Amino acid sequence: MTDAQPKPRLTNAAREALTCYLFLLPWGIGFLAFVIGPVAASFVLGFMDYEIVTPARWVGLSNYIELFTDDQRFGMSMGNTLYYVLVFVPLHILVATLLALLLNQKARGIAVYRTLFYVPSIVPIVAGAILWVWILQPEWGLINSTLRSVGIEGPLWLASLTWSKPALILMALWGSGAAMIIVLAGLQGVPQHLYEAAEIDGANRWQRFQHVTLPMLSPTLFFILVLSVIASFQVFTTAYVMTGGGPAESTLFYMLYLYRRAFVLLDMGYAASMAWILFVAVLALTLVQFKLASRWVYYEAEQS
Amino acid sequence: MIRDQAIGPQSEREIHPGARWQPLRRLLERGGIQILLVLGALIFALPFVWMVSTSLKADRQIFAFPPIWVPDPFIWGNFPAVFIYAPMHLYFFNTLLIALAHVFGAVFTCSLAAYAFSRLRAPGRDLIFMVMVSQMMIPYIVMLVPLYLLFAELEWIDTFYPLTIPAMLGTPFYIFMLRQFFLTIPMELEEAAIIDGATRLRIWWTIILPLAKPALATVAIFSFMFAWNDFTGPLIFLNTREKFTLSLGLQAFMFERRTMWGPLMAASTMMIVPILIVFFLAQKHFIQGIALTGIKA
Repeated sequence: MTDAQPKPRLTNAAREALTCYLFLLPWGIGFLAFVIGPVAASFVLGFMDYEIVTPARWVGLSNYIELFTDDQRFGMSMGNTLYYVLVFVPLHILVATLLALLLNQKARGIAVYRTLFYVPSIVPIVAGAILWVWILQPEWGLINSTLRSVGIEGPLWLASLTWSKPALILMALWGSGAAMIIVLAGLQGVPQHLYEAAEIDGANRWQRFQHVTLPMLSPTLFFILVLSVIASFQVFTTAYVMTGGGPAESTLFYMLYLYRRAFVLLDMGYAASMAWILFVAVLALTLVQFKLASRWVYYEAEQS
Repeated sequence: MIRDQAIGPQSEREIHPGARWQPLRRLLERGGIQILLVLGALIFALPFVWMVSTSLKADRQIFAFPPIWVPDPFIWGNFPAVFIYAPMHLYFFNTLLIALAHVFGAVFTCSLAAYAFSRLRAPGRDLIFMVMVSQMMIPYIVMLVPLYLLFAELEWIDTFYPLTIPAMLGTPFYIFMLRQFFLTIPMELEEAAIIDGATRLRIWWTIILPLAKPALATVAIFSFMFAWNDFTGPLIFLNTREKFTLSLGLQAFMFERRTMWGPLMAASTMMIVPILIVFFLAQKHFIQGIALTGIKA
């Protein structure tokens, strides 16, 4: 690997460029083979009927038409997913923010509390899911046992039509620690002199929170909002492990239905069109959030 | 003026009517915060305690009301019992193998690409970088179905290739993180080596990698945890029991033995403990990871 060997004459710039491309080659191969290729294929597959055993057949828009007009599960799974997103995301941001505010106080042993709040978010999701099936177990589980000892008969949780989705949300909230750390970093980035200035102006604690903390924190909250909306639209593993979509398909989320279509019913074309609908829907929602952001997200750089 | 002087101390009290209560208020506040912290800690930690406690109990103590927290006697049998129903040692090695491939990809392939993006000039490089950044925004599901068909075509289904080869070729997120870090390493350190005629590969290996150890540790941990926790990938690409990862094996175990809570909790404990060890050994790299993603800025 020394330069002493006689090589075809290359200028330094050309050699540098060549090295650059060479170093990027592994990623480039992966990108073409496992990203761009599949994305293009997925788009085409959405217009085909392909059930693996029979050759693929061009069917135009019929997958999309069937989805929107003839597939009850499509609407239902989207409804279940929207329920999950609309309940989980606000609670997630609220819990993360409250915990971060709590940790931002001066108190003894704060590092220990920070670790304790954070650790559930790094627990392997399947292990966490199994643990929560046991915690939510109606008869002997931790939650209902505790409720019973104060005289309340708890719901059936994962076996109940009404409580299955809240149960999954509860479990997901246990993992709010990652977002909490991000909010905490945001809180610690608020310049102290702003609080001092507000105090001189006679602002009380709530006013300081409302007029200093919240605006300064809004970019962080926006970041978490965007990411958790994207992630919770794709909720899959907890439902797959904990309920399998039941009871009575009350936790059949969009991704779970897509998975069934693709890998249980081997309906590949149909599943590909479902994937594109979700992608476009989430992308549109994200763009709307960015549009709305200028109304409530405060960026310091714009002001100066 | 004279009047002012006379009632000086009194007016002070009038301006801050609560001043006298300040110490008491502060004490209450401190106490309140401490109580909330303890309450929160209980809520977040009790599931773990419950898990470990269940894994060490005999059935008659598991199914008991009111719930028993401290096993009496301590039963270790649930841990060996797991292996009767689920070959955890196989799952463990399979998961470790896949995770190591991810770490290799993150530390070597990604850092090589990150070095190119941060140091080497080439026409179109910045365009390529933009393409890579937008790759991060493509959701996995859009690619899932064709990827499955591609791997089926390659006869990679039920092998580790789908779970290792793409990762070893590089992951945009890690390349991005490492590039951000490399940009903070001063150029002067390399210049002498370039004048001495060292190749870029040698500079990357002998100068950049040693200097980037903290960032490399961060991406290594992130990629290890991702592979250790991944469920969707193994679920779709693996079929036979002997090739299962911990996530997949544990799910199958629960699916088949939904009421064996002692062994199930023992198995969950065995899966969680390595992650906790990694976390406690490398806490500061987790925090650094958050800083490296640029969230803080």
